[in-house]
Amino acid sequence: MDEGIRVARKRLLQMHFESGVGHIGGNLSCLDALVLLHRERLAESDRFILSKGHAAGALYVALWSVGKLRDSDLSQFHRDDTLLPGHPPPSGVDGVLFATGSLGHGLSLAAGTALALKLQKAKGQVYCLTSDGEWQEGSTWEALIFAAHRRLANLTVLIDHNQLQGFGRTDAVASMSPLWSKLAGFDVDLSIVDGHDLSAIRTALDRESSTLRIIVLETRKGNGVSFMQDRMEWHYLPMQADQYRQAVEDIDNLWSDGDAQS
Amino acid sequence: MRKQFCDALVARSRSSNMVFLTGDLGFMALETLQEALGDRFINAGVSEQNMVSVSAALAREGFEVWVYSIAPFCYARPFEQIRNDVAFHGLPVKLVGNGGGYGYGVMGPTHHAIEDYGVLLTLPGMSAVVPVFDEDVEEAIQAVGDRGSPVYLRLGRGAGPKGYAPPRYAAWRQLVRGAGPTVVVAGPLAGAYVEAFAALAEERRPNLWAVAELPVSAEALPPELLEQIAESGRLCVFEEHVRQGGLGSQLAMALADAGVAFPKWRQGVAREHHYERSGSQDYLRRQSGLDAQSALAVVAEMMNGSR
Repeated sequence: MDEGIRVARKRLLQMHFESGVGHIGGNLSCLDALVLLHRERLAESDRFILSKGHAAGALYVALWSVGKLRDSDLSQFHRDDTLLPGHPPPSGVDGVLFATGSLGHGLSLAAGTALALKLQKAKGQVYCLTSDGEWQEGSTWEALIFAAHRRLANLTVLIDHNQLQGFGRTDAVASMSPLWSKLAGFDVDLSIVDGHDLSAIRTALDRESSTLRIIVLETRKGNGVSFMQDRMEWHYLPMQADQYRQAVEDIDNLWSDGDAQS
Repeated sequence: MRKQFCDALVARSRSSNMVFLTGDLGFMALETLQEALGDRFINAGVSEQNMVSVSAALAREGFEVWVYSIAPFCYARPFEQIRNDVAFHGLPVKLVGNGGGYGYGVMGPTHHAIEDYGVLLTLPGMSAVVPVFDEDVEEAIQAVGDRGSPVYLRLGRGAGPKGYAPPRYAAWRQLVRGAGPTVVVAGPLAGAYVEAFAALAEERRPNLWAVAELPVSAEALPPELLEQIAESGRLCVFEEHVRQGGLGSQLAMALADAGVAFPKWRQGVAREHHYERSGSQDYLRRQSGLDAQSALAVVAEMMNGSR
């Protein structure tokens, strides 16, 4: 297991704990992919757009892991006079292109960016991370229709499929289960991988495609923390001190147990 | 104004990196633009929310981006996309709404846009351009195209008298001079009053002003307008827009900011989103008291009262 992932998970927990901020569950579910993407894939000509803006914490930690944010920035997360609000801001952070947080915008923004690069005949890959709940937004499907129709091969969509949304399980709230079968009806290049298996994510990212790529990341909300994992309440709740200690311990134990994929 | 709009964009496209997006509208109107732009003409389909977010991203990557639809579909459906993706980032996307006001007439209230610029001007950095005459469109397109901030272009139907040569495009223009009340009108409606007002005897004839750019700011008010208001004390505003957030409220605030008193005040506005019966734009203007005859009656009533 990548040591960088452990460091990032613990930094994320620390940041959310120190700022007394919730939304940790859906940050832990996508953190591994975000860190991998920023550390190993995103080149100068590439773009990343976080459609699930409530995972801002994970994005900030990913940017921190590549030196675009400092420890002192993260320590101001969610506080007065901060550069780093609870959802990505419109300006001021290198690596954040758009203010997101209202769901169903990011995929269109990513499609527009990919189209711009295509019209300019510029190189570069655009990556977009959506949640699974935001596929209930009609605008996300508008964006998919647009990007698939235009065969935007320079666009890769990652879906954080943790199966839990704000007030229920996705299949209990508005089921599209299985989501992948609806996506597969479009002319896209679809892969489904364990979103906490780094080598599986790398393999999916390496696939050549002549059309839009979609990678469904099968993830766990609150991944790696015993009492959070797959539990809806950690969509919103902040950690108490004893919970924070337990969470850090859980993460460290994963590495000492040699469990490479949790 | 659609023909002039298309011609002006075709001309502008020769010296700009324009991308034009339409929400599946423009049949028998925009074909020459489509031909001129090639792959930079994008029929985004019936999906205005996506179209606006895509336009924000294209603008961020440096393109001059125009987004076109029937007015309500251009701003009401994708309002959040305009707010979050365009306005919050200060991106110079040009939103074009065809058939502003009651322009789509008997097509019904879903196709009308009588709260468009009022709603949009609540957003940061947003401005609106409302050409008055068909002859304005070419210069209005340059004004909109050159603007480095988000802008809404409300296209309507030019309505000057036959053979009338309007003064050159400007944000504020005086169309009729007299010794009567001051009348300020937004967009094409101003052209519809020229003939009726000009026919009045000088002492009762209003000073008619056409406004083509919003919001109104105290600094931009023409000195002559302020003199006329001070002189007559009678001010009347007409617009094909609801009362809230329109030209009337903007002008009243700007005059208050400038410390100019206007003791006698009347407003003509789009009164209803839908009436019992439907009809043409002219019919709906009459229902709202916005036609030239109704405007004349308001002016006459203002003249009869004491200052």
